[in-house]
Amino acid sequence: MTRTDTAQQRDLAPAAQTSPSMISITGLNKWYGNFHALRDVDLNVATGEILVVCGPSGSGKSTMIRCINHLENFQKGHIQVNGITLTSEAESVSAYRREVGMVFQHFNLFPHMTVLENLCLAQKVVRKRGKQEREAKALALLEKVGIAQKANEFPSRLSGGQQQRVAIARALAMEPKVMLFDEPTSALDPEMVGEVLDVMKTLALEGMTMVCVTHEMGFAREVADRVLFFDHGKVIEQATPAEFFKNPQTERAQKFLSQIIGH
Amino acid sequence: MYHDNIIYKKKSNDPQFLLGVAVVLFLGAYLMNLGNSALSHFLHPLLGNAPDSLTARNVAIGLGIAVLGTLNFHVLGRLKFKVQTTVVWIELLILFLAFFDTFDLSYSFILDKIGFLIIQGAATTLYISAVAIVLAFVLALVGAVAKLSNNGLANALASFYTSFFRGVPLLIQIYLIYLGLPQLGYVVDAVPAGILALSLCYGAYMTEIFRAGIQSIPVGQWEASRALNISPFKTLSRVIMPQALRVIIPPTGNQFIAMLKDSSLVSVIGVWELMYLAKTQGRADFRHLEMLITAAMIYWALSFILERVQARIEKRVNRSVARG
Repeated sequence: MTRTDTAQQRDLAPAAQTSPSMISITGLNKWYGNFHALRDVDLNVATGEILVVCGPSGSGKSTMIRCINHLENFQKGHIQVNGITLTSEAESVSAYRREVGMVFQHFNLFPHMTVLENLCLAQKVVRKRGKQEREAKALALLEKVGIAQKANEFPSRLSGGQQQRVAIARALAMEPKVMLFDEPTSALDPEMVGEVLDVMKTLALEGMTMVCVTHEMGFAREVADRVLFFDHGKVIEQATPAEFFKNPQTERAQKFLSQIIGH
Repeated sequence: MYHDNIIYKKKSNDPQFLLGVAVVLFLGAYLMNLGNSALSHFLHPLLGNAPDSLTARNVAIGLGIAVLGTLNFHVLGRLKFKVQTTVVWIELLILFLAFFDTFDLSYSFILDKIGFLIIQGAATTLYISAVAIVLAFVLALVGAVAKLSNNGLANALASFYTSFFRGVPLLIQIYLIYLGLPQLGYVVDAVPAGILALSLCYGAYMTEIFRAGIQSIPVGQWEASRALNISPFKTLSRVIMPQALRVIIPPTGNQFIAMLKDSSLVSVIGVWELMYLAKTQGRADFRHLEMLITAAMIYWALSFILERVQARIEKRVNRSVARG
């Protein structure tokens, strides 16, 4: 699939630009002790938008995405997802996390459960779905990510790419409105990166709102609506992929791009 | 241990090394004056009549042991691993039995009493230990979760509990519960008192095992559960504990075996368990050693069975990894 294909197909779908914000972050600040990890981050992500977040390691991009899911606390600022404001109270966090799915760098599958059980656990204990319903849902999602035949295997029997696809399916089983990807391909062998990105592209085509921390610039070019560049806890640049790759404004982004694309 | 693939030259085929083994065995036997020991008695059939002087007997037994030992070592070296272990086990068992035989035990007395020792004694021992281990398991689970919680009250309760029950000898705990609780107006029977003491004591030890097991699970598992909106309780029961069990079970099996034997301490408050019966049954006929050795064998057999059970459970809990 070429870049223009993907972009066009998605533009035909009910478009992103006019829809209200799915995620809105204002004045987000976070400190680890004395270290100022996030500085005044403001961000709006429209419904159906694909946002790619990049930047050098330690620049705060993962921290931000983890704040969106309340896996990290923050000291200042507001985050809203689908109109629900995030606070630290248990009911609020729970209502809020319903809207957000997350995929981790190291998959974090439950190693003592089969693939199918991995997909069914949260459906059972959180969504209270019956056995038939949750298994049908799980199998349909496994079919979608292309590993239905591995449903009864344990994760340790799967390749890294397969495990990450299971992790994506597991998050989707909860029917989130937003998917967060925290370096989903960084722990994979190069030949497995493609299969995971393909699943992510399919999701993008279906209109899922996605925030992806990734170094896969090919993916950003092809799928993203917007690229965000982080440095020292600040968003120092944001642009459409075309602009960002062709004509990065800041020196830091130029250097970053020349380094990753040079390889 | 993780073994290399190098093939080493077998020491058991090296004549010089074998000679060294023989010399060490001979000198050991000679210097320990084994000529005076019951061992020489066993070797008589091989050596002919015992010589009169100690030196001569020492030399004779020394030679006997050196030859037999070296030969044994040499032959063992030619066997496969599995056969080696089996043969050595059998040899050690025979030596053990020979050692007991030197006590001049009355086997008819043992046969007479062993039934009672098993039916009454071992059964009570097993019953007490089994109930206590279940209670200890529950205490440990609650204790570990309390210790890891960020609730100060729970943490204090749990750490005080583990500190006291790990820090005070079990024997004193048994007395404290049996003799102390009546002061509060609760008269406890000996068996419940014993079970209570054992479970509290072992629950305290196992709290630490459980805590370490829970902490050994990577935070990614907690985060994945959290991101899926799974409640903390369900995360613990469905995600963390099943994985922690892999770490928890080996030392817990160890604790159970230790408890089985420590249950003998309950004999001080007159529970008719194995140790109590072994002491009382032998007393009347001055056959202490017979009963103690019999009890030792029964304890050993029970532990052996438990080891097997533990191995099976470990295998089951490890299944997701074993298939990987």
